[in-house]
Amino acid sequence: MFRQASRLVSRSITAKSTTNRAFSTEVPSTIDSSFVEAWKKVAPNMDPPQTPSSFMKPRPSTASSIPTKLTVNFVLPYASELSGKEVDMVIIPATTGQMGVLPGHVPTIAELKPGIMSVHEGTDIKKYFVSSGFAFLHANSVADIIAVEAVPLENIDASQVQKGLAEFTQKLASATTDLEKAEAQIGVEVHSAMNAALSG
Amino acid sequence: MASTAAVPFWRAAGMTYITYSNICANLVRNCLKEPFKAEALNREKVHFSLSKWAGGKPEKPTLRSDTPGV
Repeated sequence: MFRQASRLVSRSITAKSTTNRAFSTEVPSTIDSSFVEAWKKVAPNMDPPQTPSSFMKPRPSTASSIPTKLTVNFVLPYASELSGKEVDMVIIPATTGQMGVLPGHVPTIAELKPGIMSVHEGTDIKKYFVSSGFAFLHANSVADIIAVEAVPLENIDASQVQKGLAEFTQKLASATTDLEKAEAQIGVEVHSAMNAALSG
Repeated sequence: MASTAAVPFWRAAGMTYITYSNICANLVRNCLKEPFKAEALNREKVHFSLSKWAGGKPEKPTLRSDTPGV
């Protein structure tokens, strides 16, 4: 197996250098002029079709020096909580622990666990409890954070959290199948995280 | 070079990430204070119709909905 490895690796390197595709941050939103000309010959009265990229704003390119602010896009399935907001730092609850993200952070994809996400802007700190999701940190200091459910801490009812925690701890003890155990475990984790969020 | 990376407990129990994520979201929604809870429960409503295909034709669809009669 490994005898072929060097050949495959060198093949992929040469293939890369011939079909060098630019990152979407580097290509300006150009329309392919040869396509447009061919289109006009065939259908001169119709506008050439638009492509999705012509509707999108090009992403900011990777700066050569570290920018001073982090641009955060925090989205939920039903709302866009923060869109292109420039902040100093965000702390996200990654599965590997609380991760602080500053401008110029190494590009990362982080899976989030239920926990607190805080957005720091000057002296302003805004906290959300995030149920789960992902955070994509790009090289150009743009952070895309997506979550299914994110609520400000004030909206959480402490008594319900306690009740839920007790209920799921009990379910975990009495669970039989793997699936039941997993569900009970998830319940315990989420409720303990909410508990910790409210008290911490 | 086998990928025996540690799998999360829910994956080991046969659950997919989407199921896990939806369960987490539901639990959080259930612990909200009053006006927010009602709005949130609205978001959980699901409405879809499912039909199995046999011999190139769809059979009678089954409707699964939180708002029956719609």
